[in-house]
Amino acid sequence: MSRPVTTMTRVRTRAGGVVLCLVLITLLAASTRLALGTRIAAPGDILAVLTGGGRGALRFMILQDRLPAVISSVLAGAALAVSGGLFQRLLRNPLASPDVIGVGYGASAATVFGMLSLGLSGWWLTGFALVGAIAVGAAILAMALGGRDLGTRLILSGIAIGAALVAVVNLLLTRTDVRTAGDALHWLTGSVTDSSWPQLAALAGSLVVLLALTAWVAPGLALLELGDDTARSLGRRAGALRVGVVVLGAALTAVAVAVVGPLAFVSLMAHPLATRLLGGRGNLAVTALTGTTLVVVADLISAHLFGLSSGLPVGVLTGVIGAVFLLTLLSRERSRA
Amino acid sequence: MSCALTATDLCLGYGGADIVHDVSLELPAGRISVIVGANGCGKSTLLRGLSRLLRPSSGSVHLDGEDVHRMAPKALARRLALLPQSPLTPDALTVRELVAFGRAPYRTALRRESSEDHAAVDRALTATTMTSLADRMVSDLSGGQRQRAWIAMALAQETDVLLLDEPTTFLDLAHQMDVLTTVARLNAERGVTVVMVLHDLNLAARFAHHLVALRSGEVIACGTPDEVVTAQTVKEVLGLDTVVIPDPVTGTPMVVPAQADATGTETLGGAA
Repeated sequence: MSRPVTTMTRVRTRAGGVVLCLVLITLLAASTRLALGTRIAAPGDILAVLTGGGRGALRFMILQDRLPAVISSVLAGAALAVSGGLFQRLLRNPLASPDVIGVGYGASAATVFGMLSLGLSGWWLTGFALVGAIAVGAAILAMALGGRDLGTRLILSGIAIGAALVAVVNLLLTRTDVRTAGDALHWLTGSVTDSSWPQLAALAGSLVVLLALTAWVAPGLALLELGDDTARSLGRRAGALRVGVVVLGAALTAVAVAVVGPLAFVSLMAHPLATRLLGGRGNLAVTALTGTTLVVVADLISAHLFGLSSGLPVGVLTGVIGAVFLLTLLSRERSRA
Repeated sequence: MSCALTATDLCLGYGGADIVHDVSLELPAGRISVIVGANGCGKSTLLRGLSRLLRPSSGSVHLDGEDVHRMAPKALARRLALLPQSPLTPDALTVRELVAFGRAPYRTALRRESSEDHAAVDRALTATTMTSLADRMVSDLSGGQRQRAWIAMALAQETDVLLLDEPTTFLDLAHQMDVLTTVARLNAERGVTVVMVLHDLNLAARFAHHLVALRSGEVIACGTPDEVVTAQTVKEVLGLDTVVIPDPVTGTPMVVPAQADATGTETLGGAA
């Protein structure tokens, strides 16, 4: 009886260590992000502002500029990461994340359409992103139900859907005036620095609901990973469960994309990274934390490291990291096959 | 003898033409029933139709008088377990964790793992002699051990009826014996009703109390191995000339192909 206990203890110790490290890195990066800027804030000043005190310009900078960036990084990172983990686990393929298979494009094309053609904002825009993401998710699900070799077909059809939606976005951009198109382009790169407090409140609220639902479907998802037949002989309704996971994954991408734009590759990277950190034993809670850490750190680097006065949109940086990650993943897949 | 599972005029298919036609079957409780037949004759389809994996296009399946396809999924999963042919094993899963999935039908969102679940997992591990391997990763096990781990998962469901779809595929003879003796012991010690699909006629005859022979989705013969495994039935089911002799170890019928060499012209013994 002693051996099982020691393995499980080892697994838990490792998970605990990983969580602790990720939390520390996130806190360190977040407080550095709050401190740095045109006026540097001392730890005492930050604490004062956060607890409702502080003075003048510095208070304004932290509350209207730096803190919203940190909070939207935390929330969007978690949402995109969990969305990626849901799709990757459901489709049993590390490449099948929403940004690769087109769900992210669905959300961004719908948002750009709502933004440019209908002049929407706030909740309406989130709703539009949701519809776009779920529509692509449903299309993918319909194709996925067809037959065997799922992964490859999904990724190929995702690329096709993505290309079509990029064309739609480009069409919309050429049809609007340069200023509006510029704003939309900035959003399309993925940026955490333009979020307003009401937007963040909406994101936080929907995230609480969606993450609770994720915790609810997670045990069922673990059974689906053993195959549809096994899940059904264990008393699950495999079809309904799969629809639920796709809608949930699409919704998580949509709420994040509506606020920060399609942050490149966060969905793709977070879950495989978390799984690797945990020694192969994936866990959606750690995936969420990994996504948060990724975006908070990427935002800190893109805001300050390149010495630009306005900083670099964080999506540029996650795009670069993600491209390297994707290539590594692809070559690993190939060597395994 | 009481019947655990009864199929009545069962027709099964995957949208297109039916693969199993008008099958009526009575599978005895507390015994091992084995379904045999040629490749693609509908063995696995029939087994899926006996559980809720495949809804019949017509006909019905009753478990102790209750219609299987009308029962709530979890309620059925507490009474009937099915181990699919080639289940997927996720990376980095220990045997104990895999077996614990068998407790899923007993869980709800509010009721997670209980001491009864732990006890059931331990019992399933003991019954399949997997206790010493409980801590190993499933992906590191040998084929036979892995199959025993999956059987342990189905056992942890603590059902009266256990359906196994070709539990010995891809295993060498030693591992096939390993898996089948485990199944036979479970049946003898716990009275679990077993229904399984097997390819190997000789092993089927050795381990089955009740044999069902299928050809093109229809039942050709059923009964004890002695009744079913005759040269004539084998010819009907597999289209192969054979000699049936008593198994030197168990005395159960043993099938030997009558064709002696690769040219197919010479035969030893008077087959058909």
